[in-house]
Amino acid sequence: MTQTQPKTWDVAVVGAGMAGMAASLFAAERGLSCLQIGNGGGLLFASGLLDLLAVHPVAGRRLWDNPFEALAMLRRDQPDHPLARVDDATMRAAFQSFTTALGAAGMPYAPPGDRNANVLTSLGTAKPTYGVPRTMSAGVGALAGRPPCLLLDFRGLREFSARQIVATIGDRWPGLRMARVEFPGAETTAELYAAHMAVALESGDFRERTIARVRPLLGDAHAVGFPAVLGLARSGAVHAAFEEALGVPVFEIPTMPTSVPGLRLNSALEQAVVTRGVHRMLRANVTSAAFDGTAVLTLDGVPGGETVSARTVVLATGRFTGRGLTAGQQRVTESLLGLPVQQPASRAAWHSRDFLDPAGHAVNRAGLATDDEFRPLESDGRPAWPGLFAVGSILAGQDWMREKCGAGLALGTARLAVDRIARQLGVPGPLAEAG
Amino acid sequence: METQVLIIGGGATGTALARDLALRGVDCVLVERDDINAGASGRNHGLLHSGARYVSNDHEAAVECRTEGEILKRVAFRSIQDTGGYFVAVAGDDEKYVADFPGHCQRSGIQAKVIDVAEAREREPAISEHAIAVYEVPDASVDPFRLSLESMAQARSLGARLMRRTRVVGFDRVGSRIVGVRVRDTVTGAEQRIEAAQVVNAAGAWAREVALLAGAPVEMLYSKGTLLITHGRMAQHVINRLRKPGNADILMPGGTVSVLGTTSVRVDSLEDIHPTVDEVDLIIDEASPMLPGLRSMRFIRAYAGVRPLLGSPAGADGRNVSRGFALYDHEDQGLSNFVTLTGGKLTTCRLMAERAADFVCGRLGVSSPCLTAVEVIPAAPECEWTVPGRAPREWMRAHGLDDPMLCECEMVSGSVVDLLYASLRSAGDMPTLTDIGLRSRVGKGACQGAFCAIRTVAHLYQRGDFQARRGLDEITDFFRERWRGQHAVLWGEQLAQAELMEALNCGLFGEELRGVAGFDALRAAASGEGTP
Ligand SMILES: Cc1cc2nc3c(=O)[nH]c(=O)nc-3n(C[C@H](O)[C@H](O)[C@H](O)COP(=O)(O)OP(=O)(O)OC[C@H]3O[C@@H](n4cnc5c(N)ncnc54)[C@H](O)[C@@H]3O)c2cc1C
Ligand SMILES: Cc1cc2nc3c(=O)[nH]c(=O)nc-3n(C[C@H](O)[C@H](O)[C@H](O)COP(=O)(O)OP(=O)(O)OC[C@H]3O[C@@H](n4cnc5c(N)ncnc54)[C@H](O)[C@@H]3O)c2cc1C
Repeated sequence: MTQTQPKTWDVAVVGAGMAGMAASLFAAERGLSCLQIGNGGGLLFASGLLDLLAVHPVAGRRLWDNPFEALAMLRRDQPDHPLARVDDATMRAAFQSFTTALGAAGMPYAPPGDRNANVLTSLGTAKPTYGVPRTMSAGVGALAGRPPCLLLDFRGLREFSARQIVATIGDRWPGLRMARVEFPGAETTAELYAAHMAVALESGDFRERTIARVRPLLGDAHAVGFPAVLGLARSGAVHAAFEEALGVPVFEIPTMPTSVPGLRLNSALEQAVVTRGVHRMLRANVTSAAFDGTAVLTLDGVPGGETVSARTVVLATGRFTGRGLTAGQQRVTESLLGLPVQQPASRAAWHSRDFLDPAGHAVNRAGLATDDEFRPLESDGRPAWPGLFAVGSILAGQDWMREKCGAGLALGTARLAVDRIARQLGVPGPLAEAG
Repeated sequence: METQVLIIGGGATGTALARDLALRGVDCVLVERDDINAGASGRNHGLLHSGARYVSNDHEAAVECRTEGEILKRVAFRSIQDTGGYFVAVAGDDEKYVADFPGHCQRSGIQAKVIDVAEAREREPAISEHAIAVYEVPDASVDPFRLSLESMAQARSLGARLMRRTRVVGFDRVGSRIVGVRVRDTVTGAEQRIEAAQVVNAAGAWAREVALLAGAPVEMLYSKGTLLITHGRMAQHVINRLRKPGNADILMPGGTVSVLGTTSVRVDSLEDIHPTVDEVDLIIDEASPMLPGLRSMRFIRAYAGVRPLLGSPAGADGRNVSRGFALYDHEDQGLSNFVTLTGGKLTTCRLMAERAADFVCGRLGVSSPCLTAVEVIPAAPECEWTVPGRAPREWMRAHGLDDPMLCECEMVSGSVVDLLYASLRSAGDMPTLTDIGLRSRVGKGACQGAFCAIRTVAHLYQRGDFQARRGLDEITDFFRERWRGQHAVLWGEQLAQAELMEALNCGLFGEELRGVAGFDALRAAASGEGTP
């Protein structure tokens, strides 16, 4: 579907991380005209796993099997937490449309239910998460049942050693074995890059040569685990081909960033928003904004310089890595608009001296304070501008890394903000889930 | 175990002493409770003092530094970069001090050459436009890790024994003699007894604790100093502030970075020494008038070391050999085979060792002369990897199939890790990731190990070096250790870097959840339960 570029957009989304993508997707699904501006980046680091909420309270390191029970507890304990403002129905709808859209763009997910899943990582830890890509979902069952299982790796893929995983958890998973194979065509190279391997495995020839090397190693394995390199744009198909050829469930194990699932997520989301009519200005930076009846954003990175106007704005610029927040030597500021940032009294209180302090680092909870609709507040407690919303990790009061709620935070807050925007703009109730 | 001389402490002083004794043919054992340079020797500025810094207030120390610096530049040339140093005064600095400086240098025999300010700024653009005077002196930079590692390697090649992770926990004393030293393996907890004719306490700031164990108290105060590492090298020369020694007046070049410091803060205890946010800010504030670029500089790390400030043994007058360092014979405390050697500087570690060795040899009746000022320290393959740029050159030359690049910031490949691992292993040790970090550039680049630590562990498993859950333990230990030096300098770009490291280790791998039922041990998976 193509759209003529309206003079004033319904929504301008600033940011192209998980939250910006989710906001753009949801806005387009609501039929809103949407311009997304963002210079990429954030998503490339993602693991492909979509966390909702697994740990609360972090200081007590309490793990939850059911993320919605965890949410209920969070609402009770920390009503100012951004996720406490997102009701279950909105959260479910957000994951539903997000994973459906990803599936349609070639990155299918296991249907989200009521439970968190444990996913084996390349360090041999079991990461609790919620949304699991199809390419990884057989691993959840394997980890739970621990049948005889084979883990494979490729010489030259430096960040992934199947032997490491087997050594780390083998005592508790007696049927777990490992094998190392040469990646076809790379017998004389010292280093392999996951992205190159993923692309290569989309070709039938590479796939068959790889499968031929793996098949004799199968033995009694009920399932086979690989590092996450099974295809890039067509991972669903590549994974299915491996399963069919090997005759057992096949699963990927997430690796260190920049990982292939991060690349997949990035390109699948791009495709999802573009096919829904979102107009994207990549590599552009919003440098300033003026608010009156509409918002006028000034961009750079666009030849000739440009301003765009929108009736509402979604700020999804992330934290320090995303550059939505700037840490000066003494204070944290909001980079684009200079919005007030809720933060500890001084830098001395930003970080604990223990990296793995269960309570986390106070600076990770710094961010924008908002009203219940995710409109950032000025210091007088009033929304900065009626049509300005902030979503994702820039919000104050959360610690997504320890709460295991990164995607939940991005999706849930984006969904709720887009609902409010639709209401503000007089767009009728949620449309049927776009597929 | 028996030996002629037992040395306690594996810093610059202890390793220099092991080398000295070994060259004289004296059998010695060095016990170090942690690792080589785990104390002040691994937490200093790395300035091979020309002596110019001390000319105004400590002529003797200035001369000592000058002569020792000249010797080390010959015998330890591999560890030293003869960068030269500038002394820079800026508008507002004490002009009398500036005027007196060349005369003081001359009196101590230190060459100080006036440099035209404009020319100095051309060579070192980091210097402020408000500079008013610049002198050039023969300062140099020294890699303290390489110096200690190579000294120890030479000592070992001559028969000296090194016991890392071995802590002295007690002394058996009969009359005036220490007849046995009890040591504990800090990993296994196993204890053993070492019998030595002479015992040298070279435990740096911990010398007081060790002497106390021997029942021979010495008076000592502690002064903590904090240093900052910049992202990228700011200058080619050592840049000193031309004023009375004070806070934050030295910027050292060190390979790809610069090191800025230091402070002097009295501390009462050696527990929990770490750089604070206030010290970091103070250092930047104080040094910025000379180096204005510091205001916008990115810092990748901060660390703190402790200098012992010496008194004399309680109730006795010790043998104060020099103003800079102390060699106590403890004879007035009724001990005949125990000496304490502490204080001093990295620059004077060879001299300290010489004096102590002379003394101990006198007691042993050994008459062989000191050779450390003439014998060049030989190269040792396992001691070369702390030098930035060394590993990549080697890798480009001989990049094999089994030699993947593990650290991309500092370019450390698998073969370097293997070599270090093997050399530690051959000494009977169980090498850790942190040990490898100390002997190479792993974890020292801008990413502070976020990626290379994980790749290195995968590599070590692959080689069969790591087993069971060890890698996870090592990774968490390594990041905790790295973090100690990071939390005080986290703002700007470096905070973004740290955020990424946390997203990886906590967000993805969940390392902070280790030990939680339901996370660890896959027990959750087995029972089908996620909640504890
Ligand atoms: C190492 C790592 C592991 C992860 N693992 C998981 C996981 O296991 N499970 C999970 O659920 N999530 C994971 N995540 C992803 C995480 O959920 C998201 O990164 C997080 O929620 C932050 O998303 P965000 O969209 O708020 O911010 P970001 O991803 O930081 O996005 C901000 C975006 O805004 C852009 N931007 C900023 N300022 C401007 C401007 N002025 N103009 C234009 N554009 C601008 C930036 O370029 C960037 O694209 C992981 C992330 C990382 C880094
Ligand atoms: C901040 C700072 C900056 C400095 N800058 C410079 C400089 O630029 N130039 C210069 O020349 N000098 C400098 N110095 C001084 C220099 O670092 C020290 O003089 C020198 O490192 C002291 O070495 P050492 O071997 O005596 O002590 P240390 O290096 O402290 O060694 C003592 C060792 O003993 C071990 N130990 C302690 N207790 C026990 C036990 N019970 N059993 C076994 N082992 C034990 C410790 O683990 C430690 O490794 C600086 C010092 C500081 C603190």
